[in-house]
Order: sequence, then structure tokens, then C-alpha cells
Amino acid sequence: MADLHRKLERSAIRFMLAIIAVASIGGLVEIAPLFTIGSTVEAAPDMRVYTPLEVAGRNIYMREGCYACHSQMIRSLRDEVERYGPYSLAVESKYDHPMLWGSKRTGPDLARIGEKYSDAWQVAHLNNPRDVVPQSIMPAYRWLLRTPLRTDDLGRHLAALRTVGVPYTDEMVANAPIDAYGQSAPDGDKARGVTERYGKATHVRAFDGNPGELTEMDALVAYLQILGGLTDAARKTDQTALGE
Amino acid sequence: MHDAVVAISKSWGLFYLLALSAGVVIYAYWPSNRAGFDRAKSSILDKDDKPWM
Amino acid sequence: MTKLTVTERQIGLIICLVVAAIGLAMAAAGRGEPFGVQGFTVLLLALALSGFIIARWDAPPPDRSLLEHYYDDPTKVGIVLTMFWAVIAMFVGVWVAALLAWPELTFDAAWASFGRLRPVHTSGVIFGFGGNALIATSFHVLQRTSRARLPDQLSPWFVLIGYNLFCIVAASGYLLGITQSKEYAEPEWYADLWLVIVWIVYFLIFVRTLARRKEPHIYVANWYYMAFILVVAILHIVNNLAVPISFGSAKSYSAFSGVQDAMTQWWYGHNAVAFFLTSGFLGMMYYYLPKRAGRPIFSYPLSLISFWGITFMYMWAGSHHLHYTALPQWVQTLGMTFSLVLLVPSWASAGNALATLNGAWHKVRDDATLRFMMVAAVFYGLSTFEGSFMAIRAVNSVSHYTDWTIGHVHGGALGWVAMITFGSIYALVPWMWKRPAIYSPKLVEVHFWLALSGTIVYVFSMWNSGIIQGLMWRTYNENGTLAYSFLDTVEAMHPYYIARTFGGLLFLLGAIVGTYNVLMTIRQARLERGVEAGGEVDLPLGRPAALPGE
Repeated sequence: MADLHRKLERSAIRFMLAIIAVASIGGLVEIAPLFTIGSTVEAAPDMRVYTPLEVAGRNIYMREGCYACHSQMIRSLRDEVERYGPYSLAVESKYDHPMLWGSKRTGPDLARIGEKYSDAWQVAHLNNPRDVVPQSIMPAYRWLLRTPLRTDDLGRHLAALRTVGVPYTDEMVANAPIDAYGQSAPDGDKARGVTERYGKATHVRAFDGNPGELTEMDALVAYLQILGGLTDAARKTDQTALGE
Repeated sequence: MHDAVVAISKSWGLFYLLALSAGVVIYAYWPSNRAGFDRAKSSILDKDDKPWM
Repeated sequence: MTKLTVTERQIGLIICLVVAAIGLAMAAAGRGEPFGVQGFTVLLLALALSGFIIARWDAPPPDRSLLEHYYDDPTKVGIVLTMFWAVIAMFVGVWVAALLAWPELTFDAAWASFGRLRPVHTSGVIFGFGGNALIATSFHVLQRTSRARLPDQLSPWFVLIGYNLFCIVAASGYLLGITQSKEYAEPEWYADLWLVIVWIVYFLIFVRTLARRKEPHIYVANWYYMAFILVVAILHIVNNLAVPISFGSAKSYSAFSGVQDAMTQWWYGHNAVAFFLTSGFLGMMYYYLPKRAGRPIFSYPLSLISFWGITFMYMWAGSHHLHYTALPQWVQTLGMTFSLVLLVPSWASAGNALATLNGAWHKVRDDATLRFMMVAAVFYGLSTFEGSFMAIRAVNSVSHYTDWTIGHVHGGALGWVAMITFGSIYALVPWMWKRPAIYSPKLVEVHFWLALSGTIVYVFSMWNSGIIQGLMWRTYNENGTLAYSFLDTVEAMHPYYIARTFGGLLFLLGAIVGTYNVLMTIRQARLERGVEAGGEVDLPLGRPAALPGE
């Protein structure tokens, strides 16, 4: 034993291989089974993918670092379920590349924020949180309303997401920029394609209150309004076993 | 498949941990290693202004 | 630079021009986009460095006598970069802390909002300050403990400058809104790829120097540095696997999603703490603390046991970041168990450091540099205890998502990482610049007390706010309904956010004092050398070390 180790350590390369071997075991044991497990991610046949507008909004959410202060993971604790709604299931973030579970709640959890507030409230709140919540310490995101949304590359975004496993169809990829526009213009001729491709329950609204122009505010609000709404799985599961 | 992976994780992980700890402790306190370690820990205090050629 | 051989100058210039070409391609592909700005940043830095090399092209090449000395120029520049990043990153830290108390300080500018500045602070401290400190000290320790010179003179510069290029691209990218949104792994795919190249060269420097070592035994400090380099490489590569939307765009999508991504991310996140912020800095401690105290480490076997303990067990602990989430419960339990066992090797290290000082307490009393290291070991012990405690599911249900986590992290970052770094740098600077002592030992004393009081104010205010908020969230009134709205808890945090800003400010002031002290020591050394009329060949002269681009 002692000799073996001495040899190991005399040769730098073998010593390094030993470090790699010893250090890798923990990660392999914990992570590898998560990829083989069927029950890690529950079945949710009603689960839909994000629309192009929601993907764009999600990217703005990441760009502005919202995840640094808001979690999207309701833990199976009684007070959390009462405050935020049914606890989060693994399947709900199945299409989240990457996940945005977060690690800190300087602001409240957002896993089920969708449709809790009106679009107008969200727009006002993002524009300056203290207009609607005087005690808020959230930054004001005034530039969202005045920045047009970039849509021309949304097809490539969807294609990349498809590469990593999100089931976007060719049609969805091809129509991504049009669908982004259509989702925020309910009276226009492009709105129908959105519901055809993403389902009738998809929110098709002028999220920032201005149907003519597509802004970053449209995208972010569209994303916030779908949070917790991609599937009903959580509301259908038994959520009685809770930690105190 | 999954259950097998999990079972291996749960059972062999423990033996691996025990064997590794035992091995490291035996090595660290093996009597014949002692002189080498004592030298190693004081040699860094020696004068070190130039590489040994 | 003047010590580089002609071949090294040529290869260096080629590398700079290749990087400049990459920068140009990025700038062209990302016209009008943040990606283009990143390209221009790379291009400008690479061109500046090329110009620097060309300007010294005709300097006489070094002679063979050079090989009789250690090569310390990269370490010297690394020390200055470390202090530079410390001031920048801690300044941004104070700023984001102030934003939580006074949210209107963003001035309606996107780059100045909390979400974009926060990763500048975290990456700046961890990678800018911590990473430069690790690279600079590792080159020094590696050569001294191997009794061998670095294998060549170009690759250490490549690692140091290449690493700082990564840090600059990362930090400026956050301000532009470029982020993967994975905590502590925010840089996008191209920066990640670049870091892999830099890291491979760093690893090869270690292997090549160790292969040439004259001292048969590999001193334990090098074990920790090697674990740091190797495991960080594994973590970095796995966690950053992603598919870019095109090679002309900054944006990529992570290969992992949902629960698998969460586990991968916190396996990475926790082990970044373990192998970047613990293992590497333990390497520092195991060399500089005995050296400064003039006493060998208390127990060498104990240092080996804690090495393998930390290397083995940290890897299992990441899932304690995900208690009560959608992660399978057996993984949570495994994480919690290993987090508890982890206390053994952690305290073995902390105890080993303190026992080394036993019998030299008068030195600790009189020497603020040694006191920095002593306090670092104490905070290391406290933080690891707190970490194990917080990994218990019941405790975690209160602490998670609150400022308690922030307090815990800063106990480790300020109390352990920064203090052991400052202590090591104060020990190292006089050795490197061949001075009998630092410019002003009094200012080291001032820095010490600023750092200690800042840490204590910070950690206590975060403990208070975290525990109060965690308990308020779960308080029920007599009717069995939640007693406080979320907003009530936000308002309750306000005084603690101000106190925390103040604590951070004290710590920042300390870092500024320290930087001044280091720069003045360098200046003294240069003045003195000027008086001696530049006679000494063996003084590692190089350029004045204050240039980040060197």
C-alpha cells in the first residue's frame, strides 16, 4: 500500500490520474443515474414548448440577471405551497435550457407567476416597480419598452434548442419570426399560425399594450405570463406530503 | 437499468469510501514513510533562492 | 520580456496575431451586436500586446545564466493583477450591495442594473482576484518546492495573460448582457473554449516542471494546486457543454435542461467552491503559513489525509443546494450525508494550520501578515462548519433562498479566501522584489483590522437578515394563515442591507490600502535599483510590473 502510493506520487502523471479518478466518482454516482431515470421527470402529455416570443423573453430574463433575485422552484414545504402554489415538478422545467431554478429570493418565487397579474400590471411594474409597489427594491427596466425586439434570428434559436432536445418542428423553426410577431398582434393575420402550432391555450395578446410594435417588453411579459402554465401536471399531482 | 445504477451507487459507494479512507490513513501513518514526510515538511523552510542544478 | 528568447518572442507574437485575427472575425460577425464589442475587445488587447512585443523585439536575448534562477516575472505581474482585480471586484460588490438598499442607483442604464453588475462582482472576485492569486502563487510555490525553474518563459505568460483576457471578456460581456445565466459559470461558449486552452497550458506547466523537479517528494501544497487545476477543468468542461445558435453569435443553449441541469450546475457550483476556493487556497496556506511562521507544518500525515478527504468527498456534496426541490430525494440525502462527513477533513486542515502556529503566538501578535493567515484558518474552520450545518435538510429549509447563504459565502470569501491571499501576498512581495520588508508594516496592520471588522459586520448583518427572513416566510398567525407578505420581509431587510454595504466598504478600503502598500514596495525596489545603476543581471527585471498587458 505504502509503496504503491509512493510510486503514485513520485510520478506526477499517475498522481494526477488518481486525483481525477477519486474526484470523479461522486459526480458520476450522483449525476449519471439522473439521466437514466424514468421517474426523475414525470410524464406530462399536455406539456407544450415555449413559443418563439417566450424564448426571446426568457433570454431577456437571463440577460438582465433576473435569476439572481428570483427563484423558479417552489420547494415541497407547507409555507411555500401556500404562498406560491403547488410545489414544482421536474417535468415543468424539462424544456428549460438551462434551468432557472435560482438560489436566492431577494424577490418572490416566480415559478407560478403566470397570469397572476394582468399584462398592464407587469408592464408598469417592470417599467418602474415603485410605481405599483412603493416598497419594492427591484431595479426599473425602462429600456425594455423602448427597445425593439430582435426576431430575425429566432429560427436559429429554436433550431439550437431542437439540437439539445426540445421537440420543435421544422414548421415552428421556419415560422419563428412570424410567430413572435403574431403572438403579440391578436387582430393581425399572423396570430392564427401561433395557436395552430403551439395550441389554443397560447396567450395571443398585445402584451405591452401596443400591438403595432414588437418590443423587448412584449417578449418578457409573454414569458412571465406562461411561467407555471406549460403543463397542468403540478395541479393534478397529490401534494399532501409536505415538509414543515 | 436505473435501479441497478442507483443500487451500485448506494452500496459500493460506501465500501469505496471506507477502503479509500483506510488506505489513506495507513499510508499517512506508515512508519517507514515518516522520515520522508519529516524531511518534506522542513525542506520548504530551507534557503530557496536558486533552483538546484 | 527581455528575458524571452528570440524563438519565444516569435511564437508569442504569432499567438497574439492569431488571437487578434479571432477578435477581428468576432467583431465582423457580430457587427452592431454585443458579440461584436467582445470581438473588438479581444482585437484591441491582442494588438496592444503585439505592439508591446514588437517594441522590445531587438532587446538583446538572454544568456544561459538565466537558467540558474527561478522565473518570477509572471508571478510579479500576477500579484499586481490580483490586487487590481480585488479593488475592481470589491468596488462593484459595494455598489451592488448599495443597489439593494437604494434601488434607484441604476440611473436608467441597463449595464448598471443589479442583475448585470452582480456577476461582474462574483466573477471578478472569484476568477479575477482569486484566480490571479492562485496562478501567481502557484508558479512561485511550484518552482520553490520542486527546486526547478519553470520549463519555459512563454507559457506562464500565455496562462496569465490568456486567463486575464478570459476575465475581461467575461466581465465586459455581463455588462453588455451576455451570459449563460449559470451561476459562477456565466461566460458564453467562446470564452469557455478559450479558458480550456489556457487551462491545458497551465496544466502542462505543472506537469513539465514536476517532471524536472530535483526534490524527490512532491510537497503537499502542489497536491492541492494540482487538484485545483485538474478538477476545475473537469467541472468547467462538463457544466459548460452548450450549443451556440451560430458561430457568429454569442448566444448558446445549455446541453442540459431542468433537473439534470440543476444537478450538473450545483455539482459544478459547489465544487468550484471546493476546488477553486478551497483546494487552491489550501495549497497557498500549506506553503506560505509555515514559511512565514518559520515552522514546519504541524502534521504532514494529517495534511495528506485531509487532501484525499476533500478531493473525494466534496464531489458528492453539491446536491445540498437542492433540498426539497424536484431532485430525487436519495440524491439530496447523499449530498447531506457527505456534507456532514466533509467537516472531518476540513477541520483537519484548519486545525493543522492553527497547531503549526502553536508556540509562535508571539509572532502572530506582532506580525499582521501572519495574523492574516491565522484568521483565515479560523474562518476556514467556521465556514466549513457552517456549511455542513446548512446542508442539513431542516436547517436548509430555513436558510435556503435567504441572505444566510450570502453571509455564509462571504464568511468564506472574505474571511478565508481573501485573508489567506492578502497574507500570502504580504509575505511574497518582499521576497519577489528583494526587499527586507513590505513598504509599511503599519499599513498591513490597518488593512488587517479593516478586513476583519468589515468581514464581521458583513457576516453578522447577513446572518440576521437571512434568519429573520427565513423565519418570517414560515410564520403563521392564530388563524393558520401566513403572517407576513413577501413585501413585509423585504422591508425588514432594509437596515441589514445598509449595514452589509458598510461592512463591504470597510473591506474594500482595506484592499485599497493593501494595493497602495504593494505598489509602494515595488516603487521602492525600483528606486533602489535605479540608484545601483542597473548593474544586477539576476534581478528579475522585466518591465515595471504594473502593466496588466505584459
